[in-house]
Amino acid sequence: MPSIHGFDMTEHVDPDPEHTEAETRGVGLAPSVIGTAEAVGVAIGDTVPEDPEGKPDAKGKIGIGGWLAISWLGLILALALLAPVLPLHDPLEQFSGLASSGPQTGHPLGTDALGRDMLSRVIWGSRASLAIGLGAITFGMLIGGFLGLVTGFFKGRVDAIVTPLMSLLLAIPQFVLALSLVTVLAASADVSDTRRILVVILGLGITTIPILGRITRANTFSWSEREFVTAAEAVGARKWRIMIRSVLPNVFPAMLSIAMLGVGLAMIAEGGLSVFGVGVQLPQPSWGNIIAEGRNQLRRAPHIVIFTSVVLFLTVLALNFLGDVISKRFDVREGQL
Amino acid sequence: MGLLRRLLQLIVTVVAVTFFSALLLQLLPGDPVEVLAPFSSEEQRDVIREDLGLDDPFVVRYAGWLGGFVTGDMGNYYTVSSKRPVSDRVADALPISLQLMIYSQLISLAFAIPVGVYAAARKGRIFDKFSNATAFAMLAIPNFALALLLQYFLGVKWQLFPTSGYTKITEDPSMHFQQMVLPCVTLAVGQFAVYMRLLRSDMIATLQQDFILLAKSKGMSSRRILFRHALRPSSLTLLTVAGLSVGTLIGGALIVEVLFQIPGMGLMLAEAIATRQMVAFQSLIAIVAILYVLVNFGVDLLYSALDPRIRHDRTR
Repeated sequence: MPSIHGFDMTEHVDPDPEHTEAETRGVGLAPSVIGTAEAVGVAIGDTVPEDPEGKPDAKGKIGIGGWLAISWLGLILALALLAPVLPLHDPLEQFSGLASSGPQTGHPLGTDALGRDMLSRVIWGSRASLAIGLGAITFGMLIGGFLGLVTGFFKGRVDAIVTPLMSLLLAIPQFVLALSLVTVLAASADVSDTRRILVVILGLGITTIPILGRITRANTFSWSEREFVTAAEAVGARKWRIMIRSVLPNVFPAMLSIAMLGVGLAMIAEGGLSVFGVGVQLPQPSWGNIIAEGRNQLRRAPHIVIFTSVVLFLTVLALNFLGDVISKRFDVREGQL
Repeated sequence: MGLLRRLLQLIVTVVAVTFFSALLLQLLPGDPVEVLAPFSSEEQRDVIREDLGLDDPFVVRYAGWLGGFVTGDMGNYYTVSSKRPVSDRVADALPISLQLMIYSQLISLAFAIPVGVYAAARKGRIFDKFSNATAFAMLAIPNFALALLLQYFLGVKWQLFPTSGYTKITEDPSMHFQQMVLPCVTLAVGQFAVYMRLLRSDMIATLQQDFILLAKSKGMSSRRILFRHALRPSSLTLLTVAGLSVGTLIGGALIVEVLFQIPGMGLMLAEAIATRQMVAFQSLIAIVAILYVLVNFGVDLLYSALDPRIRHDRTR
């Protein structure tokens, strides 16, 4: 595989780098959070000597942190879904005389530069942010996951064509790629609000294809060498059937755990795009564009940036935490055998 | 052979990346000249059109660009009335971005190495748990939000550092570093967390090996064991990841440069995208890709220098 960095990280893969409490060499999936999914590849590519003192029973528990993360995400999701029926101000309604004012009765999170209710904007903004996070990753999972599965399972010619192409996409720093894609795609679509969100989803989704593809491929690679695959072949199961029925379920946890991080990443990336003015377009709120717009009010009304940042931070933290739990819980390490 | 193959890979990558970005820009609707020079006369437009080769087929235009790029001609930046070679501006902007990235790398490594080593040595104790949890939280901080929060708290509220701008180090070193603090810290926080966690788990693995036990039984001080014996074999993955994170750093630097008004490659790329300077855009992407691939190329070379075992391990 003509890997760009010259490392073929996929030959020896531990799909779950942080499988026991502390001893593994991988940093788990952590590096991807800011966008280095390549780094994840590296972290994942290391096999690790077993720690004699390791406590294997500690893994896979959801724990207090896990439940907190689930509750937070549940709350955010519920608020996002229920936003139309909640007793909120219109996120676009401007309260005159209340511009950039802090928390007060009627406006628990204060108002923004145009006197719009911040609580309402943050809750309505979660809809756009979640749609983008979930949408982009679903898109990336479907296409990248499919390509990774097929290349890792069939190897050969498909692999020789698809994998270099994916590596190529990885040679452009991800944010630069996303920024260019969204800019170009947004220029061609006429910019209605929903369209714009779709464009951002598409741009970010394309960016995640090579990452998810690479990780899926690496995992598929090691799983497809296992005995049960040989056994299935021996009894005459068709290749595609083996791939879908035997290999995919084993690869899925690793994909899911990366996807959790990816959702957070995509939500952050949307904010980055908003800094360049190509994210979700105002006045429609998204967490990213509330923060990006709030920078103009940093001196007068820092609460706009602070509140929204905290909400975004907690959401990403919860997603990362759950991604970590999943990767520990579905200890796919036997894949090495 | 390895070196030659890598060089070939480098060239293929750069050609493919730029071809891809050219193709992408090709998809833009509308007349590019209209965007480049909205108020120009018909003659001026014809000149620009001729200059950009807009009437040529796509492949011819791309080949022309590639020929120019190889010989150092990165095309022009167009404004309403004039054009300026992209290479001029790159010469100004690239060092600024590199400074930003190098400082950030240094800051993050300067903290990550001691913290990671110490946490590994005291695995499971309070310091380890605390630093690990902190690093995990740091990974969830969006960089643009962090930039703004630092600007507000350290810049506006407590007036410790300037919130924006750039001064050359040769002009006013003190001002230069003061202005660089916030943007570099913004970029360094995420990197620190990645490096620290990585080094910690690598160190834990190394500390279980026999030669560490031997060193201990010889009565060496634990500091010497940690930093002289264990750090080097543990730093290999760190090195790789530090190379690969240049991609993240570039993305982060883009955003940070806009938020802190630092006239580097990020601001330039953003401008090129916004005003659809396709030739400039293509050249900038090519530079970024080359930079990125070169860094990883260098890391790979360093790798075998740091650990002779690698040569055997990796020939599998």
